[in-house]
Amino acid sequence: MNPPRSLGGPLRVTVRLFARYAEAMGTDSVEVSLPAPATVADVLRALRAQVPAAAALPARPLCAINLDHVLPSTPVMDGAELALLPPLAGG
Amino acid sequence: MTHLTSEPLDADRLLREVAAPNRGGLALFVGTVRDHQEGKRVLRLEYTAYPEMAEAEFERILREAEGRWPVRAAVVHRLGVLEVGEASVVVAAGGAHRDEAFAACRYVIEELKRRVPIWKREHYATGETGWVESGADPAEVEAP
Repeated sequence: MNPPRSLGGPLRVTVRLFARYAEAMGTDSVEVSLPAPATVADVLRALRAQVPAAAALPARPLCAINLDHVLPSTPVMDGAELALLPPLAGG
Repeated sequence: MTHLTSEPLDADRLLREVAAPNRGGLALFVGTVRDHQEGKRVLRLEYTAYPEMAEAEFERILREAEGRWPVRAAVVHRLGVLEVGEASVVVAAGGAHRDEAFAACRYVIEELKRRVPIWKREHYATGETGWVESGADPAEVEAP
């Protein structure tokens, strides 16, 4: 197991990756740290700043928190799990 | 209730789930693996999911369908490797009459495609693979 990646900031968020995003980033989970309060968009910015492989992600990926879809403006709490969902293809 | 399985799907079982003496109309949708995609010959598909969220989203969609129409609705989606012709998803809806059964069945499959976190990778006859990108635009997915 890799040590969690984190750089200064009181709010810790686990970013979960699936399908092509997990493939592009070479992992299915990354931890990011950022100042509170923060939104989904702030977490994505912190992810890009802290993890170079995140450059492979689109500007505005589909996101979920607590098993439900969220918007870029949705607030993110400390300890939250933010899931980045590639374009859906069920059915 | 689990809506994800790695076993072959049983459409009859789903129909029995939504059937009742007062329901005279049962609608069934079966999605199967197609042998082509944008001009390329497809040999098989590989489905993966964010399982916890997919289960939650399926439950929300079924409750929405049952709230909008007087029906009982059910859905099951297969994960793993599927060959051409195999069923990847089955939706069933049962109501007193066909109108509500068809409408609810249609609603569940359309919302599934828009909202449920499931992905598929195609394996082509050329030996290449590719992630399918037929899903929803993030801007169109509703958030709370």
